[in-house]
Amino acid sequence: MVENVVIIGSGPAGWAAAIYVARASLKPLVFEGALTAENQTRGTLPLGQLALTTEVENYPGFPAGNLSQFLDTAIINDKRQYMAPHTGHGVTGPELMELMRQQAVNFGTRVITDDVVDIDLSKRPFRMQTLEGMEVQAHSVIIATGARANYLGLPSEDRFKNRGVSACAVCDGALPRFRDRPLVVVGGGDSAMEEATYLTKFASRVYIVHRRDAFRASKVMADRALGNPKITVKWNSHVEEVLGSDEDGVTGVRIRTQPGDHEEALEAGGYFAAIGHTPNTDFLKGQLQLTDKKYLVWTKPFRTHTSVEGVFAAGDVADDYYRQAITAAGSGCMAALDCERWLATQDVH
Amino acid sequence: MAGNVLDVTDSTFDQEVLKSAQPVLVDFWAPWCGPCKMLSPTVEAIANDYAGRVRVVKVNTDDSRQAAMNYRIEGIPTLLLFKDGQPVERVVGLTPKDRLAATLDKHLG
Repeated sequence: MVENVVIIGSGPAGWAAAIYVARASLKPLVFEGALTAENQTRGTLPLGQLALTTEVENYPGFPAGNLSQFLDTAIINDKRQYMAPHTGHGVTGPELMELMRQQAVNFGTRVITDDVVDIDLSKRPFRMQTLEGMEVQAHSVIIATGARANYLGLPSEDRFKNRGVSACAVCDGALPRFRDRPLVVVGGGDSAMEEATYLTKFASRVYIVHRRDAFRASKVMADRALGNPKITVKWNSHVEEVLGSDEDGVTGVRIRTQPGDHEEALEAGGYFAAIGHTPNTDFLKGQLQLTDKKYLVWTKPFRTHTSVEGVFAAGDVADDYYRQAITAAGSGCMAALDCERWLATQDVH
Repeated sequence: MAGNVLDVTDSTFDQEVLKSAQPVLVDFWAPWCGPCKMLSPTVEAIANDYAGRVRVVKVNTDDSRQAAMNYRIEGIPTLLLFKDGQPVERVVGLTPKDRLAATLDKHLG
């Protein structure tokens, strides 16, 4: 059997594409990602980056409010029983993603909890293989695999991953080991501001280490962080080493500050990287045109076509500029419509 | 949640885990941890499959911080297998059911 449309990825782009493809009666198959420790460490579990956030305040249609009853009635109980309790302050990232997934499933989307690890776009139908060994053929593919958080790439980061080094404060910050201790966040963008502000709920103090003398975060996020009495900013500084021991995990961070080349060791029980993203395009093994930063290239203006006919891209995997839930969902819809029209020209309905 | 997985706290850890005659699989989790939610169905399936051979319990690391500190839980979900009061196996992060079952079988002999 050859699938009409395979969608790879399960963030807002993937589910928006699935909703549109399913409603066009094209019976999409979604690979939402595998439940593995490696995906957990890399932040590439099913439901993507949004599932690693707290409240989502900027997704249109979800002003702050209590969604308990809505979530109970919208999401099937098999899923709902494992979700975190609703906070009552508007939709959270994980809730928004479960809602999108449910909406896609309601229209007949089939979902497989596995990673596509190999893909052959050189002949038709396209062929794919998953981590667990499943093989699938498809007339068309929508790639919506998103992006993942970067680390600095220091050997000492690797050494203490899951032992005090994390790229996701919201995933790990409330653990007992981080409580009432100083913590370090590296970065100067919105995600650094969110992580630092979030961590002040648990930490005795949060240091933001930033290599410039100003944040590139949005003003509202930067002001929130700078106004927080628990946050101290180390400007013009970069992290040289994460300090620690096998016994205790992370115990501090060594930084160097300019001008003056001043070296300083900050005591810290945890280190959180918030320094940009890498698109998840490795599994394509160079078969599609990428930018120098490895993002997928949209080859037609205002369309979601890629360099191979019948393959479309949506969301952060092709967008290093907007990177919002709503823009990802929007381009997911675009990819579905582009795909549907392309299939019609191939006499697949 | 399902009946086969008992909630254990700092005050019951000694009795329910360390003094248990049977091996005990402890699932360290927290309500805010997405991957922990994803692992829950697997842990419950293991509890059913190994009923009578392995006790399966869970510890909320928000409420039972002492247990989490004692056993150096630094990322969750973490599963610890206890035999005769000693931790003999540690599984950090999401794990497929087959691999978890293989890990248990190794210790059940």
